[in-house]
Amino acid sequence: MKYMLMMHTPSGGPYQIARWPQQDIQVHIAFMKDLANALETSGELVSAEGLAGPDQARRVRAGSDGKPITDGVFPEAKEFLAGFWIVDVDGPERAYEIAARASAAPGPGGKPLRLEIEVREVMSAPRDRAE
Amino acid sequence: MSPPRRIDGLLRELAPQVLGAVTRRCGDFAAAEDAVQQALIAAAARWPDDGVPEDPRAWLIRVASRRLIDHVRAEIARRRREELVVSLVPAADQLAPAGDDDGDDTLVLLLLCCHPALSPASAIALTLRAVGGLTTAEIARAFLMPEATMAQRISRAKQTIKTSGVPFALPAAEQWGERLAAVLHVLYLLFNEGYTSSGAELTRVDLSEEALRLVRMLHRLVPDDGEVMGLFALMRLTDARRAARTGPAGELIPLDEQDRGRWDKEAIAEGVALVTAALSRGAVGAYQLQAAIAAVHDEAPSAEATDWPQILALYSLLLQMSDNPMVALNHAIALAMVRGPAAGLSRLDALARDPRLADHHRLDAVRGHLLERAGDRAAAEHYRRAAERTTSTPERDYLRMKAARLDGEPR
Repeated sequence: MKYMLMMHTPSGGPYQIARWPQQDIQVHIAFMKDLANALETSGELVSAEGLAGPDQARRVRAGSDGKPITDGVFPEAKEFLAGFWIVDVDGPERAYEIAARASAAPGPGGKPLRLEIEVREVMSAPRDRAE
Repeated sequence: MSPPRRIDGLLRELAPQVLGAVTRRCGDFAAAEDAVQQALIAAAARWPDDGVPEDPRAWLIRVASRRLIDHVRAEIARRRREELVVSLVPAADQLAPAGDDDGDDTLVLLLLCCHPALSPASAIALTLRAVGGLTTAEIARAFLMPEATMAQRISRAKQTIKTSGVPFALPAAEQWGERLAAVLHVLYLLFNEGYTSSGAELTRVDLSEEALRLVRMLHRLVPDDGEVMGLFALMRLTDARRAARTGPAGELIPLDEQDRGRWDKEAIAEGVALVTAALSRGAVGAYQLQAAIAAVHDEAPSAEATDWPQILALYSLLLQMSDNPMVALNHAIALAMVRGPAAGLSRLDALARDPRLADHHRLDAVRGHLLERAGDRAAAEHYRRAAERTTSTPERDYLRMKAARLDGEPR
């Protein structure tokens, strides 16, 4: 079963991490790399990406001519999606376990950030057949 | 680029035989499996231009053995560097003569790859590569996974087998039942994975066909086992409806709305013969019962002509055999078809107390179905609730459509 783990970070400027002490940033980056490596080694990682900050985001709609109409920058967003993992695991418990691990990523002073991670199952084909 | 179908089929037929022979010679399943995979890739690249060698099996064993020797030499060199000790006999002298019985080897391989120590996902991946002769890239594509991740999954599965110390031999008599059951379970899951997969691309390996090919092979190797026959029959009888099962946009078409003229009559005949033979042998198993149910559906000339009393009797037997909530749900549907929707609905009320079903979308889907049959418009609400909770795209679309159709009907 595939799950998407979405990491939301609170507002307070998109790049809070840039204001951390260098040592803390290094520890955080190393943690994220280790997590990705561990998931790849266990044969569970489908993909993992970090997203550019919300000041880079545009909302897009089709105009009446079908061309894109883009709308502004959203620095006031309360919280935003910072990155995601897609994992292929045996069940939801394992997805939650991975999410908890990601949630405890080290922040300033090496303390766990306890970020909120939203876990959603990826839609697929019917699994249990009935007739 | 993939080789022509004929060569591809030949390679996959030979894969387990070659792997069995090479593993027997070197005694290291993990290393032999890597070497055979390389030999298969080499053959797929060269045979289309150079032609198929006179003895393709021997060619593959030779190339795989050579790769294996290279690997052993590299290992020796590594150890020499690290430990300055040379204790191994020259690699070429280690090779013992191969056993002659390819069929046994294939069976041993299947039992090994589906070992209960592995998770189902790992067992499926390893079986497809070692017994099915597929490349890691093909398996990864079939499961929409990155190749590196799939490679890792397979190599971990091999490591698990290595550390668990399972010998490359047929299991002892007292383990036979459990080990064979594990193989059947893996093949069943593999079949369902393919049967239910949507949006098939041209390059996508057909997992159902592969499951069918493997269960056919297993039946050839263990012709006297009733459950092997049962699973083979179940796959044949289910696969027979494949063409009628989806609409032009890939949408689900339920059994009672399918165009039965598009069912594969040859597959049905083979499946029915298999399940009849299996059932006449005495000890009845769960796969045989599921196959028997599929056979009753497949033999009905129309949905209305379905022999529901017989299906109900078969589900009652199946229910006694397994504590599976999905079987209980299907039993409730059969009950409704025989004794009317009210009987089915009161059965659902009892099932709703089962925590495994309480929040399951299928409970709402079935309730919607039975309410609709009873002419109760509350059905739409249950279809919608089921649609919200399913994690399957085609099923969600189907359930939403059912709800919308009911909402659109004049009161």
